Amino acid sequence: MRKMLAAVSRVLSRAAQKPASRVLVASCNYSKDATFEIKKCDLYGLEKGPPVTTVLTREDGLKYYRMMLTVRRMELKADQLYKQKFIRGFCHLCDGQEACSVGLEAGIKPTDHVITSYRAHGLCYTRGLSVRSILAELTGRRGGCAKGKGGSMHMYIKNFYGGNGIVGAQGPLGAGIALACKYKGNEEICLTLYGDGAANQGQIAEAHNMAALWKLPCVFICENNLYGMGTSVKRAAASTDYYKRGHFLPGLRVDGMDVLSVREATKFAADYCRSGKGSIVMELQTYRYHGHSMSDPGISYRSREEVQDMRRKSDPIMLLKDRMVNSNLATIEELKGIDVEVRKEIEDAARFATTDPEPPLEELGHHIYCDNPPFEVRGVNQWIKFKSLS
Amino acid sequence: MAAVSGLVRRPLEQVTVRDAINQGMDEELERDEKVFLLGEEVAQYDGAYKVSRGLWKKYGDKRIIDTPISEMGFAGIAVGAAMAGLRPICEFMTFNFSMQAIDQVINSAAKTYYMSGGFQSVPIVFRGPNGASAGVAAQHSQCFAAWYGHCPGLKVVSPWNSEDAKGLIKSAIRDNNPVVVLENELMYGVPFEFSSEAQSKDFLIPIGKAKIERQGTHITVVSHSRPVGHCLEAATVLSKEGIECEVINMRTIRPMDIETIEASVMKTNHLVTVEGGWPQFGVGAEICARIMEGPAFNFLDAPAVRVTGADVPMPYAKILEDNSVPQVKDIIFAIKKTLNI
Repeated sequence: MRKMLAAVSRVLSRAAQKPASRVLVASCNYSKDATFEIKKCDLYGLEKGPPVTTVLTREDGLKYYRMMLTVRRMELKADQLYKQKFIRGFCHLCDGQEACSVGLEAGIKPTDHVITSYRAHGLCYTRGLSVRSILAELTGRRGGCAKGKGGSMHMYIKNFYGGNGIVGAQGPLGAGIALACKYKGNEEICLTLYGDGAANQGQIAEAHNMAALWKLPCVFICENNLYGMGTSVKRAAASTDYYKRGHFLPGLRVDGMDVLSVREATKFAADYCRSGKGSIVMELQTYRYHGHSMSDPGISYRSREEVQDMRRKSDPIMLLKDRMVNSNLATIEELKGIDVEVRKEIEDAARFATTDPEPPLEELGHHIYCDNPPFEVRGVNQWIKFKSLS
Repeated sequence: MAAVSGLVRRPLEQVTVRDAINQGMDEELERDEKVFLLGEEVAQYDGAYKVSRGLWKKYGDKRIIDTPISEMGFAGIAVGAAMAGLRPICEFMTFNFSMQAIDQVINSAAKTYYMSGGFQSVPIVFRGPNGASAGVAAQHSQCFAAWYGHCPGLKVVSPWNSEDAKGLIKSAIRDNNPVVVLENELMYGVPFEFSSEAQSKDFLIPIGKAKIERQGTHITVVSHSRPVGHCLEAATVLSKEGIECEVINMRTIRPMDIETIEASVMKTNHLVTVEGGWPQFGVGAEICARIMEGPAFNFLDAPAVRVTGADVPMPYAKILEDNSVPQVKDIIFAIKKTLNI
């Protein structure tokens, strides 16, 4: 019956020559939700893990699809803007890893906290920054979320603490945010992300130790995209089982290319923390299509075939799309319609990001101190002074 | 009784620098429950130098936290907690160990308000003993005033006496910015008289304001931390010879109160700076540079002179150590040289 209705809807929409969203389709043509099997997580120090099936509602599916597509197109636009020299300095793109940021967000509450590394644009968006404010920050304009003062690696919004340029520094910071959650007794948790490269930082081990000792509500998430800059995991780590590297902390290894797996694992980990059991480690197995940053073509230390293979077999957006279409949660036309809308949103944001003026020079000295009376900041010589306001 | 002395106020009595800091922290812990202290041995040991004596008994595990020996980790945890709305006091057992955590102090704490365009503040205090002690040799004797004073986004204070210690730690805790408080181990046990204002729970010393400890007319002597006491001793000796020194206690390294120093130099026409840290790229070097750039330069009758620690890693043998830190005689010598006496 469902298949017949789907076929009818396809015929109708083709016949009408209109985008699927504008075709009058009876609501019973779509399923309200569908159940999917997800990969079982590898467990460490845990008897039970996240469920192996999950229910995806049509509404959630469309939301995740739109969000992942937005992150994808935003990162590709950043690539373009960088090559056009609108973006300078560092630009670390996360296309390929969309299921991580969108899935994590789906597994926590807006009142929970998140901190990550410099490959942050995806989480900047899922945590609530608009594409406009992200792109304008990348192009260094006054409409950027950090007023053009921070750039790619230093974007913040409530309950999102960046964007951190120093590899691994966000580990202890995240544990500290979790400490604040426990201290305040508000049942909030902190997701503390770091990459496979950062996993070898001593301060990550220090953070694990204190988080375990004090049972901080911290989910340590190792986003393992197989390469720390140009160094493969095998060449950097004596143990590449990052989900076990918390030693005394329980851990799970998750398919980071499947947004539903990430969602369920995150929910599981969040519940674990919220229940007062302490910290937990989650390894997301994922992949970045771009090189380490815009100055890295990404093929000197890995093969083109490997990248293409990942795109073909494991692309997170493709995986979700196939699931939704095959389960009648959406039609291809409808998803194409979303694509069109997302492209437009990105184009508008890029236009803003390339036309908004740079921050005024007078503001160079601002934001040195918080809640401070105005004072003067020295410029490049003793005669040049900038007023500093908080 | 001794264990309680940090918690009970005694009118018009002598209070050691240690007890002054203890009082200051105690009052701020009581006033605002977001304030907490973490560091090595701060809780059950009562503090490596007993500065936090009695606080754990009073406030418990939640607010006085013993950490493992993980400076980079616990400094980062403290910064994260500050970002999330708490007001941590992060103790480094000495500032020598802060070098392991310096990335968190500078890159995570100091720069964040600016990088975030004024969105994310970091209300944290980093405190602990700084500079030379006695016989602890090279790795435990470095002064970090110049290193931290170099960085925009940080406030750096350096108390000398008990009132400084209490007023500055309280201001630091109430400040919504990262503040580095450079204490001095050799001063911890030194008693000073507490004025009645200093005994108040709201006694604050403003960050960024120097204090003229002694008025004078012949020469300006500027210092911070323990050497301020040496400068006052030198001034007493010189007074008998008819030389009146104006001794300025900087109190704050950054933002530096250069105006007070300039006004004094414009009065006395001579300047000597005194510090415990190494000479190159130091606090005295900065003062001299700024004097040259400002109105006071034209009032100098002689080049400004710096008295500093010797330009060596701190040696151990007493004779070597004594000659590696500025003594009263060295300050007197420099003053007389400047005055051409």
